[in-house]
Parts: sequence; C-alpha cells; structure tokens
Amino acid sequence: MGLLSVSIWLPIAGGVLLLAMGRDENAKAVRVFALVAALAGFAVTIPLITGFDVTSAAMQFVERMPWIARFNVHYHLGVDGISVWFVLLTAFMTVIVVIAGWEVVTERVNQYMGAFLILSGLMIGVFCALDGLLFYVFFEATLIPMYLIIGVWGGPRRVYAAFKFFLYTLLGSLLMLVALVFLYFKSGGSFEILDWHRLPLPMPAQALLFFAFFAAFAVKVPMWPVHTWLPDAHVEAPTGGSVVLAAIMLKLGAYGFLRFSMPIAPDASREYDWFIIALSLIAVAYIGLVALVQSDMKKLVAYSSVAHMGFVTLGFFIFSELGVSGGLIQMISHGFVSGAMFLCIGVLYDRVHSREISAYGGVVNTMPRFAAFAMFFAMANCGLPGTGGFVGEWMIILGTVKTSFWLAALAATTLIFGAAYTLWMYKRVYFGAVANAKVQALADVNARESLMLGLLVLGVLWMGLYPKPFTDVMSPAVTQLLQHVAVSKLN
Amino acid sequence: MAETLNPVGDLNWLAVYPEIVLVVMACAITLLDLFVTDPQRRVTYWLTQITLAGVAAMHLVYFNSGLTVYGMQRMVVTDPLGHLLAFFACIAVIVALVYARPYAASRELLRGELFTLTLFMLLGISVMVSANSFLVVYLGLELMSLSLYALTALRRDDLPATEAAMKYFVLGALASGFLLYGLSMMYGATGSLELAEVFKAIGTGSINPQVMTIGVVFVVAGLAFKLGAVPFHMWVPDVYHGAPTAVTLLIAGAPKLAAFAITVRLLVEGMLGLAADWQQMLIVLSVASMAIGNLVAIAQTNLKRMLAYSTIGQMGFMLLGLTAGVVNNNTLSAANAYSSSLFYVVTYVLTTLGTFGLIMLLARQGFEADEIEDFRVSGGAARGWPG
Repeated sequence: MGLLSVSIWLPIAGGVLLLAMGRDENAKAVRVFALVAALAGFAVTIPLITGFDVTSAAMQFVERMPWIARFNVHYHLGVDGISVWFVLLTAFMTVIVVIAGWEVVTERVNQYMGAFLILSGLMIGVFCALDGLLFYVFFEATLIPMYLIIGVWGGPRRVYAAFKFFLYTLLGSLLMLVALVFLYFKSGGSFEILDWHRLPLPMPAQALLFFAFFAAFAVKVPMWPVHTWLPDAHVEAPTGGSVVLAAIMLKLGAYGFLRFSMPIAPDASREYDWFIIALSLIAVAYIGLVALVQSDMKKLVAYSSVAHMGFVTLGFFIFSELGVSGGLIQMISHGFVSGAMFLCIGVLYDRVHSREISAYGGVVNTMPRFAAFAMFFAMANCGLPGTGGFVGEWMIILGTVKTSFWLAALAATTLIFGAAYTLWMYKRVYFGAVANAKVQALADVNARESLMLGLLVLGVLWMGLYPKPFTDVMSPAVTQLLQHVAVSKLN
Repeated sequence: MAETLNPVGDLNWLAVYPEIVLVVMACAITLLDLFVTDPQRRVTYWLTQITLAGVAAMHLVYFNSGLTVYGMQRMVVTDPLGHLLAFFACIAVIVALVYARPYAASRELLRGELFTLTLFMLLGISVMVSANSFLVVYLGLELMSLSLYALTALRRDDLPATEAAMKYFVLGALASGFLLYGLSMMYGATGSLELAEVFKAIGTGSINPQVMTIGVVFVVAGLAFKLGAVPFHMWVPDVYHGAPTAVTLLIAGAPKLAAFAITVRLLVEGMLGLAADWQQMLIVLSVASMAIGNLVAIAQTNLKRMLAYSTIGQMGFMLLGLTAGVVNNNTLSAANAYSSSLFYVVTYVLTTLGTFGLIMLLARQGFEADEIEDFRVSGGAARGWPG
C-alpha cells in the first residue's frame, strides 16, 4: 500500500473500529482512540509534503491497479501540486474536529467521531482519485457521513437541512455522472482523468460537459444562486460538521473545477468564463450584503463562506497563474479561517446555547483570551495583511488587474463588505457592556479550546507570513494546467 | 421434434441433485413437523436452515465447476447462471427465515406450513432458474406462485392479509394465463418447447412473424406482471402491505431472482432473434416503472408500500439493463448489459433483505412498525426506540 492509500484508509479503518466500540458507556476510550486515529491519519500525510518533488508537475505517489476490469476502472491515486495541500488540510482539520467535539458531544460519541474519521478518509480520496469512477464514488460517499452528522447531531431543523444538503448536491452530481459516462465512451472506454485531459472534443460536447460539471461543482462550492443549502446546513449542523463543511467540503467543488472542467473542456471554459466570473462577482458583492444583515452568527459566517469561495472561482476563471494559485491559497486559508470562525461560534454556543448575535454583547469582559482569538480570526476573515486571508485575495486581485482593471476594482471594493460584516458582528458580540446574566457567567476558554484555536492561529499566521512553501508546491502544476487550458482541444 | 427426444439414459440425475434434495427434505420436514409440539419449532427451523445451507453449498460447488449440463431429456439446464441465482435465492431465504422466526413466533404464525411452503417456493425458483423448456418454466413459476399465495394468506383471520392473498392469486393467475398463452403461440409457431430449438427456429427466419410477435407480447406481459413492472404493477403495493412482513420479505427477495432468470431464459436465450420486438416493450416498461415507482414511493406513508413502489422502480432499472443488450443488431455489449442486470438484481435482493429485516426487528407484539407515523415519537428509531 502506498502513502495515499494509507492516508485514505487509515482514518476510515479507525472510524469503522470506533463504530464497533459500543455506545456511550466507554466514551472516554472512544475519544482517546478517535484522537489517536486522527493524529495517525495526519501523521501519515506529512511525508506527502516532505517527499514532494516541487520541480515536477506530474502526478506523484501514484498507485494504480485494476478495480473493475470489465469496465476498465482502476484504483488510481496520485497527487500533484494542486491537490497535495488539501490532503494535509483534511487530515489536519479532522484532528481539530475531534478535539472540538471532545467534551461537547456526549451522545453517541463513537458514531460522531467515527463519522468524522470516515468522512476524512473519503474526502482525501476525492482529492487523490485519478480515475473518474473512483472520484465519483468518493465524491458521493462523502454525502453519507455528512448527512448523518447534520441529521443526527444537528439543531432543531436538522432533518430539513440534511435533506436539502443531500438533495441539492446529489442532483448536481448526477449530471456529473452523465458527463463521466459520456467521457468514458468518447475516450474509447477509459475512466482515466488524465486521458480525458488529452481527449479532443468538439465545442458542443465541451459546452455540455462544462455545464454538467458546473452543476456538480457549483452546488458544492457553492456559487450563487445554488448556495441556498449552505446556510441551512451550517446553521443546523453541529460545530464539527460546520467546520468540516466549510473547511473541506466546499473545496471539493472548487477542486473539481481545476481537475475536470478546465482541463477537460478548456475551450468551453474560456468561452463561458464570463458566466463563472459574473456569478463569482455576484457572490462576492451580493452575498456580502446578505451576510451584513444576518442576525444568526452561523448564518453570517456561512454567507461569508459563499462570498470567499466566489473569490476562489473568480481567481480560477481569469486563467492567470496568480489567479489560480491565489484561488488555491484562498481555499486553504479559508479552510483554516472559516473553520476557526465556526469553532469560535461553537465555543460560545456550548456555553450560552444561542447563535443569535443579539443574545451576546460584551463577551470580551468575561472571556478576554477567547476574544483575542476571535479578533484574530475576524481579522483574517477580513483579509488583514499578515494573515492567510490576505495572501489569496491579494493574489487574485493582482491577477484580475491584468485581465481587466474594472473587474479587479469591483472585486477589490467589495472586499469592504467582508470587513464590514465581520467587524460589525465582532463589535456586537464581543464589545460593549455585558449584555445579560448569561454573558456575565461565561468562563474563558479552557486548555482544550485554546489548543484547537491556537493550532489554527499558527496555520493562519504561517500562510500569511510565509506562503512560499504553498506556492512553490503549487506552481509547476498550476503552470502546466494553464498551458494545457491555453491550447484548444477542438481538432 | 424428433431430435429433441433423447433416450431415457439422458436423464442425467446429477444435474438436478439440489432440487431432489430440496423436494425430499421439504416432504420430510412436512411430515416431521406433525410430531413437533415445541411452540418455537426448533427442530423444524434448524432442519430447514440446514437443508437450505446444504442446497446453497451444492449450488456453489456446481457454480464453481462452471459446467453447463443438460438433464431430464434437455428439459432443464444447469449452467453457472442458474446456479448463481439459485445460490443467492437460498441465501435470501435463509436470511428471510432468520428474520421471520421471532416475528412469526410472536404472531402465532410459526407453524410447519411456513417452512414447508418456503421450501416449495424455493424449489419452484430452482426449477425456474434452470429451465430449458417452456413447460418447465411454467411448472416452476406455478410452484413458486402457489406457495407464495398460500404464504400471503398465512394469517388466516387477518382481513388485509386475506385480501392481499386474493388479489395476488387472481392477478397472478391472470399473468400465468398470459404467459401460457404466449408460450403456446411460440410453440405453435416454432414447433418446439425447448429454448435452444426455439432460438434456432427463429433464426431460420421462416416463422410467421405475426404469430411470433403476438406471442412475444403475451410473454412480455406475463413476465411484466411477475416482475411487477408498470403498468402491471398494481398488485405489488397491496400484496407487500397486506402480507405479514415475514412473508413480504420472502416475496420481495428470492422471487425477484427467479423473475430475472425466466426473463433472461425466455427473452434472451429463447427469443434473442426477436430482440427488436421485445426490447421496445421493455424500454417502455422499464422507463415507466422507474418513473412511476420512484415518484409514487415518495408519497407513501407506509414503509412497506414505499418499499413496494421502490421495488417497482428497481425492477425498471433491472429491465433497463436487459434492453441495452442488443444495439443496432449488434450484440457486442450484451455480456455487459445482462451481467450488469444480474449484478443489480442480486444486490437489490441482498439490500431488500436488510430493509424489510429492519422493519421486522422494530416490530413488536401488536405493533407492525410499518407506518411512518409510528416512528414520529420523540426522537424516533434513531434514538434507540423502541428499546
């Protein structure tokens, strides 16, 4: 077994073992085992980055063996500069989620932890799969644990939210399945994604493929106007569910654009780039305004996620190296920052059991250390230089300027909304006089919470101060992708 | 006709050993059960399970040998397809009985008849999946169906069960009539009851096409009834709903394998030459089944009815695989199409066992756990209720 297989199957095996560990009678052992499994899962992904050849744009750590011989399906794994960081991010966020659920989840602990570990393995599988069908299997399989996480441990309207989440994403994915089958026949019976990249296709076919993939990935990102499942899912999901949803699952969609839409249908991608750019700008501007008026903290951060992911898709579809690398950096930093924002809301919710902004006020007086953490992440969410949030947005805007000044100006001015809704929420929740008795009774973050927030602070600072390791790894693969997209596949 | 009548020496008993074991044991268990007084029916139950396991093992051995053997003067053929389906039918019945035993015991249904009829149903399935002649197909089908009618009515005093059994019987008999009528036309046109001979006769192209086409229409209609494909699906929800859940599990499991088997035997092995005719009908049946089955399933408030409509949809999927075999008179994709269908139906049966099994596990004395309303108690089944 190669490293990638271990990265995928170790958490899944850990999760399955957890499910077998019985209900809540030995919750303590379950938590320790979950943490060990998550840490082991993260540890095995570290050699992926230390052993990564940054000079090569090719797939690395490749594993390939026949899976379903009759239909020429292979168990084909590999990572390049585009995907390798997400493997690490996924494994890292799983550790955070296990820590976050440590004392908070008291019901069905083994199933909760098991679901997250299995989900982690499946999402790593999505980032590693180089076979179309394998990708589809992992992509769809991620819905099941997330559906259960929202539906079982969620808030009062959890069933509605879980259904909406499932149906929305499934509908999009089905169109992708049609696209995969079409490509299988067009390529003469191959499910290899890399073969599909080289497959010449006429324009109508490319356009259809582009929109089929768009249906799957735009829902997942989510782009305006198919984003409406996200606020519901976030609001109802438990804290850990929101963290994974925002930090990793949204990235599956954006990653799909890079792995499928752009290289398989490059001509259609260039033809319809205005469409994606328009939707992205609407997401950045309009959803930014929508976020401003939210009274529910989780909803606010959910809308903020949509806006930030709008930046990502904008960066991708201006077809410049800065834009695509910036989009990728933005994805990773958004993984840290949005995950941290949801954790902060979780910390408050565990104590007060309300997500309404109006239920708070003056938290800084009773939780000074926590307020400092929250301030840091709020700044990162605004894109303060020195934090991860800044690097990605700055690169995307820089890339956009080269394409069109007015586009860049529009994107840059809308950044102000991001600062507005984040800071305004911060002001209403943390500053001012102590609002009520509940806030008065708040206890500051304990060691466990400090640990999980502190780890994320380190991540955000690293990305903000020294992003070179990230861009170095991405650069060859991004260059190759853009060269590939620049060449027409119409023969 | 002359060459099909082989000498008696060609009976080839070896080919039908599993069926012989099954029929002997079914009779033995029927007799034995008369002397069992134990309300748990331990002896009957375990003897049935051992028989089923033994027969399953025999089928597996035959399957692994990979041989195609004709027996009973070419009335039956035992090939890997037949043994595979018979093997999974045995597994399905074993699992169904495991689930059924506590359920039936708490409702005073755990009598010898349950086991005898189940074994005879399985015998019918075994005969059907290895049929090589129209007559044997019909024989197996009737054996299976009559056992199922009786099983549905096992709870004599229960009004819905009796109604379901009547409905099942009347419509099933009608379907059998269709099938028999179609088969007799095929026999009249080709002069043979044997599948391979019919295949050859159609291949010569000298058969009256009108008779053949009408025959195919009746055969397909009969098969569609048995599969429960739209528009011949009306009995499925009523029977699934009305029958005791233990019997529903038996109806929903193994017989689907048999229905697949006879569809393949009759349409593919016997009438592949008429594929252009039956494919069009199957396309309509399959698309209608998928659409109506799945859509109507959404609106159900009873789990058993929902699963019944889901079955209709699933059968549509299975038929879809059968329609994809011959494209533009080209059988290149036939192997993929039929084997995918086979895989689908086996998977379907295995998952159905689980879903109906769950309903039975949740059911209690005087409580069927089949209405969705039943689960709307605080927290519902996901919270470990009823504990």
